[in-house]
Amino acid sequence: MSGWQTLLYKEVLRFWKVGFQTVAAPVLTAVLYMLIFGHVLQDHVKVYDQVSYTAFLVPGLVMMSVLQNAFANSSSSMVQSKVMGNLIFVLLTPLSHWNWFVAYVGSSIVRGLVVGLGVFLVTALFGPPPLNAPAWILVFAVLGAGMLGALGLIAGLWAEKFDQMAAFQNFVIMPMTFLSGVFYSIHSLPSFWQGVSHLNPFFYMIDGFRYGFFGVSDVSPWLSLGIVATAFLTVSAVAVHLLRIGYKIRS
Amino acid sequence: MPAISFQSVFKRYSSSRGEPVNALEGVSFDIAEGEFFGLLGPNGAGKTTLISILAGLTRATSGRIRVRGHDVQADYAMARRQLGVVPQELVFDPFFNVREALRIQSGYFGVKNNEAWISELLESLGLADKAGANLRQLSGGMKRRVLVAQALVHKPPVIVLDEPTAGVDVELRQTLWQFIARLNRQGHTVLLTTHYLEEAEALCGRIAMLKNGRMVALERTSDLLKAASSNVLRFKMDGALPVEFRETARVTGRIVQLPAHDAHEIERYLAIIRQAGLRAEDVEIRKADLEDVFLDVMAGRGRSLEPPT
Repeated sequence: MSGWQTLLYKEVLRFWKVGFQTVAAPVLTAVLYMLIFGHVLQDHVKVYDQVSYTAFLVPGLVMMSVLQNAFANSSSSMVQSKVMGNLIFVLLTPLSHWNWFVAYVGSSIVRGLVVGLGVFLVTALFGPPPLNAPAWILVFAVLGAGMLGALGLIAGLWAEKFDQMAAFQNFVIMPMTFLSGVFYSIHSLPSFWQGVSHLNPFFYMIDGFRYGFFGVSDVSPWLSLGIVATAFLTVSAVAVHLLRIGYKIRS
Repeated sequence: MPAISFQSVFKRYSSSRGEPVNALEGVSFDIAEGEFFGLLGPNGAGKTTLISILAGLTRATSGRIRVRGHDVQADYAMARRQLGVVPQELVFDPFFNVREALRIQSGYFGVKNNEAWISELLESLGLADKAGANLRQLSGGMKRRVLVAQALVHKPPVIVLDEPTAGVDVELRQTLWQFIARLNRQGHTVLLTTHYLEEAEALCGRIAMLKNGRMVALERTSDLLKAASSNVLRFKMDGALPVEFRETARVTGRIVQLPAHDAHEIERYLAIIRQAGLRAEDVEIRKADLEDVFLDVMAGRGRSLEPPT
C-alpha cells in the first residue's frame, strides 16, 4: 500500500473496530424512526400516488444516515486525534494535503455507504421501495457522503474540543438534514418554506437520491446533481485549502 | 552536505494575551552526517520549537532548515522521509495494538515488506511480548518505547529525539541508549534534546546550548568540558551561605558546589568557610562536568560564546 492508501485503510479500520457504535447504532436509530413515523403517519400522509408512506420513508432514512455518518466519521476522527495528540503520527509523514483529503473523505464515504446499506436492508423489510435507477442512487449517495465527509473534515480541523464539535453537529448538520425532506415531500409545505428548502443543498441530495428509487422527485435529478456536485466541490476546495495551510494543525 | 542545516531560524508568535513572543531569534548551525548531537537548554529556551519546525509541525517566521539538502517547507515530503522524530509528549492511538501501529506508520512512508525490520525493532526495544497488546494497556515506559519504534520504522537516516528519557526508568534508558548508539555507529545521525546532562555528556560528540531562543554555545563536548573551570569543590554544610559564594555556588539542599580553577582558589574557599565559623563535611574535589558548564553558560559566566554566524 502507498502512503495515502494506508491512511485511508487506517481511517476505515478505525470505525470498523468500533462497528457496534459506528455502524450498528445508527442502523438501530433509523429502524426506530421507521417504526414510529411509519406507524404514526402511514395512514395520514400520501406523498406520491403509487408509493406507500413507509416505502417513501426508506430512501430518506437511508440518505439521512449516510450523511450524518459521513460527517461523524471525519469530524470525530480529526477532533479525537487532535485532542489525544496522536495526529502527530500523520503530521510527521510525507503525506500531502491531497493525500489527507482523499483518506479522510474516502473513509467517510465508506462509512456512509456501509451504514446506508445497513439501514436500507433493515428498513426495506417494512416496505421495500422500487429501484428504478440504481445509478442515481449510487451517485447521490457517494456525492452526499463526500460532501459531508469534507464538511466533517473542516469542522474537525476547526473544533478544538468535543463540545464545539457537538454544537456543529446539533445546530448545523441535524437541522439541515431534518429540514431537507427526509420525512415529507416539500410540496406539502407552505410556499415560503418550500422556497427556504430550495436553498438547502441537503434537500437536493435526498430528492435526487429518492429519484433513483421511485423515478419521481420534487425537482429534476439533473438539477439536483448539478447543485450537489457544486456543493461537494466547493466544500472540498475549502477543506483542501485548510489542509494545505495546516489550519489549526501546523502552527 | 550536512545532515541538518539551520539557517537564521526565527519564530515569533502571539501569546494568549496578544503580546509577541520571540521563541527563536536567528538560530544557525549545521549537524554533520553521522554525528550524535545534543541540543541543551532550560525549559522555554526554544529547543522543542526548533525541533517542531524541523519536523514540519510548526512553521518558522523566517529562515530555513534543510535535512540532507531538502528544505523542510518547499520539499517537505523528501525532508520528512529523512527524519524519524520521537515526540516529547506520550501520545498513542488507542484503536490499535503495537504491531498494527508500526505497520500503519511504516505504510504512511510507503515502505513495503517491512515485517523483518518491525520485528527487529520490537526485539531491540524489548517490545516483542507486547506486539499484540493494545496501546491503551501499556505502561508509560512501554508507550515511550513504541514511540521510538514508530519514529524508526521507515529507517530514517536522521533520528530526532525530543527529551526521550523524561520520566523513564533506568532500564529503559539503558536499552534505549544502547540501541540509539548502535544506530549511530551504523551511520544514522542523531539529534537529541535532554534534561539529563550526564546523558548528553556520555553520548553526544557535539553540543549546542540554547537560551531564550538564542544559541549561547556550540562546541565539541570534550572542548566544552576542557574549557570549563576544571575543578569543583563540593561539601555539605549547615547555616547561611557566606556572601562571597552567592554568585558562584550551586546549592542543592545541604550540598554546596563551587567552581575552582586551582589549589589557591580552593584554599581561599576553605578559609572563608573557617572565618564564617561554618563546618564543612564530606569535602571533596571533583572534575567539572557538563552540568557545571551548562550552569556557567546559562548564567552568562566566564565562557559564554558568541553565536556563530
